Amino acid sequence: MNSSLALSSATFIYALASVFYIGSFTFKKQILAKVGFIVLIIGFLDNTLGIILRWIESYQMGYGHAPFANMYESLVFFSWTVAILYIFVELKYKERIIGVFATPLIFLAIAYASLSPDISSKISPLIPALKSNWLIAHVITCFLGYAGFAVAFGFSLMYFVKPKNSNNKSIFAKLPSWELIDELTYQMVVFGFLFLTIGIITGAVWANSAWGTYWSWDPKETWSLITWLVYAIFMHLRMMKGWHGRHLAWVSIIGFLAVMFTYFGVNYVLSGLHSYA
Amino acid sequence: MKKNQTIPDKIWHFFCSVKLTVYTLVLLATTSIFGTVILQNGMEQEYRRLYGEAFYNLIKVFNLNDMYNAWWFLSLIIILCINIVVCSIERLSITWKIIFPKQIKFNPQRFRKLKNLEIFTVNEDVKSLSGRYKTFLSKTAGKVIKEDTDSGIVLYAERGRWTRIGVYVIHSSILLLFIGALIGGLFGFKANLQLDEGETSDTAFIFKKKMSVNIGFSIKCNDFFVKFYDTGAPEEFRSTLTIIENGKESFTKDIRVNQPLRYKGINIFQSSYGTAQPDSIILDIIRLSDKEVTTKTIKVGQEIQLPEDQGLFKLEGFMPHFDFRGTNLGEAFIGKITQKDGNSFQIALPIKFPTFDKMRKGAFAFVVKEFEQKYYTGLQITKDPGIWYVYSGFILMIIGCWITFFMSHRSYFIEIKKDKDNRSIISISGTTNRNSQGMKLKIQKIVVKLKGK
Ligand code: HEM
Repeated sequence: MNSSLALSSATFIYALASVFYIGSFTFKKQILAKVGFIVLIIGFLDNTLGIILRWIESYQMGYGHAPFANMYESLVFFSWTVAILYIFVELKYKERIIGVFATPLIFLAIAYASLSPDISSKISPLIPALKSNWLIAHVITCFLGYAGFAVAFGFSLMYFVKPKNSNNKSIFAKLPSWELIDELTYQMVVFGFLFLTIGIITGAVWANSAWGTYWSWDPKETWSLITWLVYAIFMHLRMMKGWHGRHLAWVSIIGFLAVMFTYFGVNYVLSGLHSYA
Repeated sequence: MKKNQTIPDKIWHFFCSVKLTVYTLVLLATTSIFGTVILQNGMEQEYRRLYGEAFYNLIKVFNLNDMYNAWWFLSLIIILCINIVVCSIERLSITWKIIFPKQIKFNPQRFRKLKNLEIFTVNEDVKSLSGRYKTFLSKTAGKVIKEDTDSGIVLYAERGRWTRIGVYVIHSSILLLFIGALIGGLFGFKANLQLDEGETSDTAFIFKKKMSVNIGFSIKCNDFFVKFYDTGAPEEFRSTLTIIENGKESFTKDIRVNQPLRYKGINIFQSSYGTAQPDSIILDIIRLSDKEVTTKTIKVGQEIQLPEDQGLFKLEGFMPHFDFRGTNLGEAFIGKITQKDGNSFQIALPIKFPTFDKMRKGAFAFVVKEFEQKYYTGLQITKDPGIWYVYSGFILMIIGCWITFFMSHRSYFIEIKKDKDNRSIISISGTTNRNSQGMKLKIQKIVVKLKGK
């Protein structure tokens, strides 16, 4: 067993989990979602194993670093965080159907990591600037944040597919109540916001220990701040202006677009210090 | 809004609206994008080349070339700060009364109408239940208030009232961050210092302000070391630095990337490195007619006689990048030959191409045989007296977010009523200032627990 085998099988298992959830939704069969959940957990364990193996392999190669150092590793970890967060939500809220809006994201991230020709899965050594324990804290917290926003994004989509009329016969009428969707989206945003906040802060502390400035307005930093501001706006609109429903869902979607740009756009479109992940 | 407001009233009202907060945050978020797509702190020519004359004028008007320090961007931040302060003052008196009430009161009628109300019946009388439920509630939430009603009793308990302070913690943390940044901007600096191995200096250069700064003590670079992975990527940079105060050596320490030296409020970071000019080289001077070799040690700046009075050779200096007909030949020494007839010309001796000077086909060819490779270390020197305000702001912000998002003010209500068959009807509900879904689940859990007994 090696890490690349574990991670490619995890990709496949996540795909299977998504298929079960989508099937359960389309054919209105609870049992399929139950199976999907078990498959998802197996995929998650496999994903975990892959990350641990990769960590060990990097030590065997003599580079010895946590597997959070390039785009490939960060995407794999992103899938992992979304998976653990979703598993937690399903266990806590006992709503299976919402898996339709979360599991495909898990699969897409890890599949993109394995299949995109631009992303190398090679284990490479760390440049000196990245050799810091703050790197681990920074990456883990940022990605927990991204995971929260990703799941919030998935849940926000429900606002646009669930029919307003509760007698509607379409498959989307089976979605959870408006209150629950609202609450779930909010909880995910809150989770993401807390971790993005800690992520930005650990990044700043790290920058201060490596370069002597905690904030230098490089594009990655600026975009993570923009993301943070969008979600701060989300909170104020909800708590102080009483925004709910589709209007607020739009803010959550814009926020997730900002996350995506911070994550991919800055690397591919803009340039800066953070060219690695 | 009232009609006959005075001007200060109007200003106060302007700053205490949450609409202002949202608009300002939106403006900050959208304008921040400019700085990530427009080159920051570049040279005038670059802007002209990249954006053209017309757009360059626009950039200059709005300081978009240094937009995070532009007057309008800073104004937005100041508006936010005033907004937070004014709102907090306006709200705090109300929140304070909620957080520290003289007496905790509750309204049973309100709880009976709540959406999360759960009702069930138990085959027991009110008296025996009330004692048990009271213990249960005090375990779940704390101090229980018990009141009698016409047909039974109501129990009430609450916890987490203080968590309503969380928002104020977040907002003060934001103020602290800005205060820290302001102090850092006013009394701190960020400068660079390049030291050859063996060199000492007490003056760094601030690029942004184009001025030098004295750092209060001297730094000597004893040694610089760089190590590479087998892939060719750098693995480690290290400088051994000695701090010299009042002419005396104070201490010596190694610094690496991520392991700076902090001393007397000054932080010294490893930021770059390069090859420095060596002091002296060993030179082979080859007479082309009979290949006879003369070997000489020569210092940079020194001038020597060529063999048989053929003129003078001066070692003028060192170049990290020697450009030969458009090709970079790398590090090279530059020398000057002055012939007997007084004519003089420059020659280059690239290190990687030892036979380069033979192609000149002069009377003598010069070959660099040996020299001591020397590096310079590039240090970033910073001082930031605001950093502890910023760090306190960071910690407060995390604590504040935690309180605001994951803790809440929750009240629980249990009513026990006697029905006509002498059984008890139990109603349970609760309120919270956040996460009403979580509250609903919590109430359902309580029902399961109470029924189980
Ligand atoms: C970025 C700068 C921020 C500004 C300028 C700002 C400003 C304000 C203002 C003016 C209010 C209304 C007045 C009040 O209730 O005190 C408010 C309320 C609030 N803000 Fe912020 N805020 C900022 C950031 C944040 C952040 C990062 C959070 C955390 C997510 C946050 C959470 C809240 C909450 C929860 C309220 C509602 C207060 C209540 O329930 O009474 N704010 N904010």
